[in-house]
Amino acid sequence: MLTRTTTVGTGNPADVAAPSGTGRRATHRLSAPGTDDSVAVAIRDLNAYYGSFHAVGDVAFDVPKNEITALIGPSGCGKSTVLRCINRMNDLVPGARIEGTIQYRGQNLNARKVDAVEVRRRIGMVFQKPNPFPKSIYENVVWGAKINGIKGNYDELVERCLRQAALWDEVKDKLKESGLALSGGQQQRLCIARAIATNPDVILMDEPASALDPISTLKIEELMRELERQYTIVIVTHNMQQAARVSDQTVFFSLGEKRMGVLVEASPTRELFTNPRDQRTEDYITGRFG
Amino acid sequence: MSVEATIGGTSVVAAEPASNLRGREVRARIMSVVLFLGTIVALVALGVLLWTVIARGWDWIRPGLFTDPPSRRPENSGVGPAILGTFYVILLTAAFAFPVGILGAIYLEEYAPQNWWTRLLRINISNLAGVPSIVYGLLGLGIFVEFFGFGRSLIAGGLALGLLILPIVIIASQEALRAVPPSLREAGYGLGATKWQVTRSHVLPAAMPGILTGTILALSTGIGETAPLLVTGAASFLTSNPDSIFDRYSVLPVLIYGWSSRPQAEFQELAAAAIMIMLAVLLVLNLTAIVLRRRVSRRLRW
Repeated sequence: MLTRTTTVGTGNPADVAAPSGTGRRATHRLSAPGTDDSVAVAIRDLNAYYGSFHAVGDVAFDVPKNEITALIGPSGCGKSTVLRCINRMNDLVPGARIEGTIQYRGQNLNARKVDAVEVRRRIGMVFQKPNPFPKSIYENVVWGAKINGIKGNYDELVERCLRQAALWDEVKDKLKESGLALSGGQQQRLCIARAIATNPDVILMDEPASALDPISTLKIEELMRELERQYTIVIVTHNMQQAARVSDQTVFFSLGEKRMGVLVEASPTRELFTNPRDQRTEDYITGRFG
Repeated sequence: MSVEATIGGTSVVAAEPASNLRGREVRARIMSVVLFLGTIVALVALGVLLWTVIARGWDWIRPGLFTDPPSRRPENSGVGPAILGTFYVILLTAAFAFPVGILGAIYLEEYAPQNWWTRLLRINISNLAGVPSIVYGLLGLGIFVEFFGFGRSLIAGGLALGLLILPIVIIASQEALRAVPPSLREAGYGLGATKWQVTRSHVLPAAMPGILTGTILALSTGIGETAPLLVTGAASFLTSNPDSIFDRYSVLPVLIYGWSSRPQAEFQELAAAAIMIMLAVLLVLNLTAIVLRRRVSRRLRW
């Protein structure tokens, strides 16, 4: 803790609430990964390549526990790529190569010997377009638990997860109906319930509300606020207002040389939006770029 | 009437939008006639075929025709052993081509690395689908009849037909697997599922209606094949029903071929009657396909 010179979202609301009045901090130093209990995932020296294209360069930031971290930036800046590194989804992309360390519970998730399947059980994901299975609502929630060998009362599991996803009251009488018969916003909450059912630590959300109407979006955002008590959330969003509304920490990416995505700034959300350290961040959030 | 639209702040007035409307409508009407004609050509050909077959064969349809064995006297002849043979052969063909084809398609589509080697493999499979059926007959003769020593038996014929339709089954299954949205796979992987769990629980069920359609269409083609079965030893004149898969057998197309090449007019009319039965068998098979597909897709809650 002593090595940290900046507050990268310690979870203390006072940090977030108080805009930094002391001016811009010149350096942004990160602790050695694995030394800080308040950090869920520590990303260091992350580089991503698609074939010969260097998509993301030297990214490093901490994801604080039980907080919401928003990744923002212009299209193609690599924020989704970074998100997908955290649960090794890029393994599924032919020609993708990821270098660097992603420290989680004292382990480097990016190490070859780490089983991506195990990683994804601990670090769940919600996708941009709601993608429930073409099965019943019940089966949608239960499937992840089943394949991961989680035993117990599935009826209770379904109710608990659907309640947590703020969907229970709307679907409790039609659990046997198709998950695809729900509205877009309900489908996305079903996907969140499904992700919770495997009992993950971290939930990654890749623009979870971009395909939804404003009211559904609001519901998802409220839900995220609820979920952060129990889970660590990382969200990619195109919507700066959304990042400002829901997140505790914001990480801003931009395009560097040769269209390589680079991390510009990672700060407590309030600070980033009111007092950005970097000119590029300021240009972006004030709408001069992007 | 003029239409006013605003594009980028500038008001645009379209100059008499109806000017080419008449021309477009005429073209649309001409096209609908042309498309209808295309359908008519196919329907007329089918109608003529059906009519000639029914006109020639109708009088020969009698209950005994379905059960009696063929005979030298046309009035006593039936297609009993040939119907059974066709039924058994198609069962054996399906039992071989369906699982093997699906396994191959899953490997190529889900598991195989995407490189020049698998691309080469794919092109070759497409080519195999175009190889003349007689070649598969000769292959079956060499492998199943001679090498494995099955002789001129049901199993040899069924496997030869299986080889014939295998490329079609693989290609159809690959298409069906490819049509499964990637988001479904991602959803599975995102929950910590292994490749096999994702494939088995989500990808395969979603692709199954398409796979079944393709496979049953392939079986329909297979059922009418004559050449490969002639070569692997289907009899055109067989008076006993097959008892085991290693027995000699006859099938409808081969029997039809045999009868139609006889000089007597009666046997030619009998061939027409057998063709009617054959068409009925095909119809039943296709209906089964539709029912099966409905069942399988109903289990999916799209």
